[in-house]
Amino acid sequence: MITKEEVEHVGWLARIEIHESEAQDYAEKLNAVLDYFGQLDEVDTENVPPTYHVADIVNVFREDVVRPSMPQEEVLANTGKKQEGNFLAPRIM
Amino acid sequence: MVYENPDGVKIGLEIHVQLNKLNTKLFCGCSTDYHNAEPNTHVCPVCLGLPGSLPVLNKRAVEFAMKVGLALNCNIVEQTQFHRKNYYYPDLPKGFQTTQYDYPIASRGKVVIDGEDGERIIRITRAHMEEDPGKLLHMGSIEKSKGTLINYNRSGMALIEIVTEPDMRSPKEARRFLDKLRSILEYLDVFNGDLEGAMRVDANISVMGGDRVEVKNISSHKGVEKAALYEIMRQKNFVRRGGKVVLETRHFDEQRGVTLSMRSKEEEHDYRYFPEPDLVPMRVADRVPEVIKTLPELPDAKRERFTSQYGMADMHAKALTSDIKVANFYEHVALKVDPGAAAVWIADVLKGELNYRDISVDAFKVEDMAEIIELVTGNKITERSGVEIIRTILDNGGTPAAVVKEKGLIKVEDDIVTKAVTEALAENPEALQDYLGGKEKSLNFLVGQVMKKTAGRSDARTTREMLLERISELPPK
Repeated sequence: MITKEEVEHVGWLARIEIHESEAQDYAEKLNAVLDYFGQLDEVDTENVPPTYHVADIVNVFREDVVRPSMPQEEVLANTGKKQEGNFLAPRIM
Repeated sequence: MVYENPDGVKIGLEIHVQLNKLNTKLFCGCSTDYHNAEPNTHVCPVCLGLPGSLPVLNKRAVEFAMKVGLALNCNIVEQTQFHRKNYYYPDLPKGFQTTQYDYPIASRGKVVIDGEDGERIIRITRAHMEEDPGKLLHMGSIEKSKGTLINYNRSGMALIEIVTEPDMRSPKEARRFLDKLRSILEYLDVFNGDLEGAMRVDANISVMGGDRVEVKNISSHKGVEKAALYEIMRQKNFVRRGGKVVLETRHFDEQRGVTLSMRSKEEEHDYRYFPEPDLVPMRVADRVPEVIKTLPELPDAKRERFTSQYGMADMHAKALTSDIKVANFYEHVALKVDPGAAAVWIADVLKGELNYRDISVDAFKVEDMAEIIELVTGNKITERSGVEIIRTILDNGGTPAAVVKEKGLIKVEDDIVTKAVTEALAENPEALQDYLGGKEKSLNFLVGQVMKKTAGRSDARTTREMLLERISELPPK
């Protein structure tokens, strides 16, 4: 069971503002989703190895060769605030 | 002598090492050569975390990580994959850090250091691969900052995080461990410790069985030693006043040499790790034998070989092998001159002069070192002149021959001194008589006269001996 407090906590971790009125609503909806997935608990998974990845492939690598990076203007094109080539964020503690 | 560890100090370290000898970042082809570059010029959709981008693992980064694991005497895992560690902070453009979680690439190793009371084994818990976040620059002081500048050039650099058991019993042992680790990493040629931000350390410190305190993000070996010294003193005082140390995270203020509580609401992190779906698992254990073959001779083995092959003292072998560059420099010099003399000159003299100036051995030429040693062992210059030549070259450049000439360091030939002795005795019969009559001081006068004639290039001790020998040979009057 996901509680209203857990929704608020996760909201805080993701820095998303969640109003009290919304938290209750989200908790109920998330619980419904979890209940739905809860059906999986009925499957017998004894002797089934855990799945780490859906595609049955391993060892996909890239050689250590430099490729061009993006021009600075393009990197900063979508940011609201910038300064001397940097992204400018609000003061962070 | 057994180290008692009177305060029950336990120090464990978490060291973030940039694999900065790679050409490219961990998951994209952006160059790692960003240290003198404009901000945000070494980035691409992958390391900026733009939607739709797909990370692909750098093959050589995996090799480097395996080399580090093997050099730290770790086991290499059979199969591993990456996880997402979720936390929201602007240095992570994706909102999560790609890292390893339950199956680190390497685990359960050990490193031997020179501890408080001889050799000490520091156990390695694990070493895992992860990406470096971007760099934040707070404008003004943290309290009054107007904003934060973000540069993602560092974002996505390959890191290996090495975690030790709390096996260090003093700040000195912590520092020795870090020195040894750096030495090993540079031998492996996966790491350049001179680059800014190449190694960052978190230190877990406890005293007298209390809870541990984590001091975050210390950027130098000296800083770790200082932070640990401060933290041990602080915890001891706190306990003495009746306090109880509780688990917390502190920040080290390098300038003031103190640690400060971070009092962050995120102390109890909720990282919600889950497997990274954009990267497939890797199975690399079968490559271990192949990677072992590429491992170079490591510091401990080299130290042993130096003592047996060149017959030098262990103290010299240790000094010469802690830095791979110095070790290579020594072996090149030892090909040209007497290896024993080379060991003494490089370990005792050159290394001291380099440390004093905080510069690398790259600043000195093998040929110059060999030439200086030849001049001294060939009795052409005094040892003191040899040291002077090294200092002059380090400070002003030039060659040994030029410095010798400029400063007139060549020892004068014995026959010139012999001639000067004869002359001095002939010209100062009263002084000679006074000396023979028991006035010791007159001998000093005669030594001075000889040295004046040789313009100071004969040394006082030899001159004195030659004078005494000559006087003893004089026919009795």
